[in-house]
Formats: sequence, structure tokens, C-alpha cells
Amino acid sequence: MRSRFQHGLDDLRDKLLRMGGLAEQAIDRATEAYRTRDAKFCQMVFTGETAINQAERDIDELALDLLAMQQPMAIDLRFIMAVIKINADLERVGDQAVNITQRVLDLISEPPVELPVDIPKMASSVSTMVQRALQSFLDGYAEVAESVLQMDNVVDRMKDEAFVVLVQKMQSDPVLVRPALNVLLISRNLERIADHATNIAEDVIFWVRGADVRHGGAHYPY
Amino acid sequence: MGVGIEVRELKAWYGKHLALKDIDMSIPPNHVTAVIGPSGCGKSTFVRCLNRMHETIPEAYAEGEVKVGNIEVYGDGTDPVDVRRKIGMVFQKPNPFPTMSIYDNVAAGLKLNGLRNRKQLDELVQRSLKLSALWDEVKDVLHKKSGASLSGGQQQRLCIARALAVEPEVLLMDEPASALDPISTSKIEELIFQLKQHYTVVIVTHNMQQAARVAEFTGFFLMGSLIEFDKTEKIFTTPADKRTEDYITGRFG
Repeated sequence: MRSRFQHGLDDLRDKLLRMGGLAEQAIDRATEAYRTRDAKFCQMVFTGETAINQAERDIDELALDLLAMQQPMAIDLRFIMAVIKINADLERVGDQAVNITQRVLDLISEPPVELPVDIPKMASSVSTMVQRALQSFLDGYAEVAESVLQMDNVVDRMKDEAFVVLVQKMQSDPVLVRPALNVLLISRNLERIADHATNIAEDVIFWVRGADVRHGGAHYPY
Repeated sequence: MGVGIEVRELKAWYGKHLALKDIDMSIPPNHVTAVIGPSGCGKSTFVRCLNRMHETIPEAYAEGEVKVGNIEVYGDGTDPVDVRRKIGMVFQKPNPFPTMSIYDNVAAGLKLNGLRNRKQLDELVQRSLKLSALWDEVKDVLHKKSGASLSGGQQQRLCIARALAVEPEVLLMDEPASALDPISTSKIEELIFQLKQHYTVVIVTHNMQQAARVAEFTGFFLMGSLIEFDKTEKIFTTPADKRTEDYITGRFG
């Protein structure tokens, strides 16, 4: 029976990693849409979101089946719990990519303007966080997950800096309000994706070590 | 009220075979403690050592310290019969006295202890059957029906009533629900949970979900050794020992 259960767990992991791939792709395409101002990338993000949503349902269904049929314990239980939570985070990553894309569509409906915020750089940091969080899930390697937690501060700082300079821009030139607001919202969306990556990393640490590191502390529940 | 059980360096043998190796365990009073582990790990031997049932098997003997409340179970001059009166036991297969009525099954231990007063017997039988959650089902047929005429689940609750009648402080249960259907199992589990208000309960079970449902503390045995003893939540979510984890996740055993 263990082999059947193990097969289910492997299936769950593979499905989640595939979903993770879709979420990473969504971030990359949204960033590419911003960088190139090409609406075709926006369309790709919208199409991809349907697949992410379907993946979320499939993973929840399989996780529920395994909980009901196998009544897992200990590391298996923590694994399934982590998958359920990571699943929800990845779905939200997909939503944030869609939000970014909507801002990009608004941006490219107007002539381009120069704004002193490096969104592709911020997106690259965020994308690396998601990638690393998923890598730590694939390898069951809590140390890699810990490095993701450190990176969250860097992205938070980028967002704060973006806020300051964009508000200045909006105050200095009313014409810039609309594009600056769009970019501000994009930086906010990216920062939220970084938060989801952090959540994923925390869930991996819980799965591997049984330690709850949310909200800035290591807590061993028992 | 239940009492705590302190076990120190407990060893048990079947002839030359060492079945328990230096077990140390502190079982808290008025809680349910589950003992789990694969077949042959020593879990049943362990509970049978707590009330000196182990030594009733030919060539079986035990050494070490077991303290149940104030009783030194293996102390010089301790009478095993006194120990078993303080520590009731329920077995895997319900074993009511088949020809005795329901009433007499419960009263048997009391009568053996010399109690003859009818009123007191009636009171204790009623109390025990209520505690074992069987009273409502049998109160009208106490003298008419035999123990053997009850269903398996009812028979097991009758055996629990019989064990409770002599007012023990500890109740040992060796796979008490493994021969029962899910509904009877559920009733027994509910009962175990209630009984801890009055008794210290130690339950041996192969069913890990059952241990998780009823016990506040769990000990995992493997090859005669106690590998891990902790709060049940800890054992089933984040066990400290890899062997515990491998067992409860079905990687061996």
C-alpha cells in the first residue's frame, strides 16, 4: 500500500512543479510584456491563467483524495499540507501576473514615458525567488528555502524605493500620474509575488523540518 | 482518580528471549497513553508487565521498577492479585463469562473480592455499566440475557464494565477494538476518551488513527525498545526519531 501512496505523493509533487512552471512562465511573460510593450505576451498570460486555475483544482482534488484515502502521518502529512498551501500561493502568483498584464495593457495604450524604476530588475529578483522556492520544494532542501526568505527584504526595499520616486514623479508632472500609477501597481504586484514565494519557502521548511518559521521566528509546534 | 505510572529499566523475558529492553516511561495520570509498534515489538508485553500478567505465561518473567501510584508492582511482598485489582485489563477479543447473566458478569470480580451486599452490588454494577456506556442498552435485561448473547461491541463494553466494577485506578487495553466494526469501535473510542476523567488508560493499538484519535501521549516500540515517547500530536506530525517516522508513514512494519 505504501507504494500506491508513494505514487500518489509523487504525482502530487509533479503536478505542483508543473503548476510552478506555469506560474514562473506567467511572471516572465508579464515582464516581457512590460519590457517590449507587446500585447501578444499579455494574451499569453491570460491564456496561461486558465491552465493555472485548472492545475489548482486538480492538485486540491488529489491532495484531498490522499488525505481521505491514505490518512497520512508525520512527514507525509506535512508534505500534503505544504502542497495545499503552495498550490494556493501559486494560483495567487498567476493572478498577480494577470494584474501586472492589465497594468501593462493600460501603459501601452499611451505613448511610452521614461520612469526611473527598473521593473525588469525587480521582476528578475522576484522570479529568482519563485524559482528557488520551487527548487527547494523539488529537492526538499530547507537551506535553499531559507535563502528565499532573505531575498524578500531586498524586493520589499525595491518596492519602497519605487514608491518614493514614483510619487515624486506624479507630483512633478500630472501627465505622468497615470503611467506612474501603473508602474507603482506593478511594483506592488511583484512585491506580492515575492511574498507568495516567501510563503512557499516557509511551507517547504515546515515540510522538511516540522518548524513553523512564519512571521519571523522559528517555532516548533510540539 | 487515576494515578501515574513510573517505569524504570523494565526488562521482560520469554525464557531466554529478551522481549523488553530497559524501558523507561512516565505515564501521566488521567490521560490516555497509546502504545504502538509493529507486531512483536513488545508493546503487549509491556502493558502485561504493568499489572504482572506477563509472568502468568510459562517461563516468562520481568525485572525492573514499575510504580503505579504508591504500589511498587515488582516490590518484595507485593501480591500480584492486589496489583491486578488496582490495574484492570481489557483484551483484544471480548471474553465475557458466557453462561453468566450480564449482571453477574459485572459483579463477578466484586463477589470474588467478598462483596455480598446486594444493594452495594446493584449500585456498583449500575455505575460500571453506565461508565462503560452500556447501561441504556442492557438495563432491562440485566438478569435475563447472558454476556455471550450481546453483540461484539457490547461484549467488549461489558468486559470494560467488569474491569471497572472493582474500581481500579488504571485501565490497560490491549487492542480493545481490533475485532469490532467501525460503529462499535467508535463507541469504544468515545468511551476511552470519557474514562480518562476517572482512570489512567493505557491502550495498545495497531491502528495508528485510533491512537491519534484517543491518546494524548504515545509511545513507539521497536524490537523491544521504546524508541520515542511524546505527546501524540508530536509523534504523528513531527516525530523526533527517523524510525518512528518510517513506521507511522508505513515505510516499514
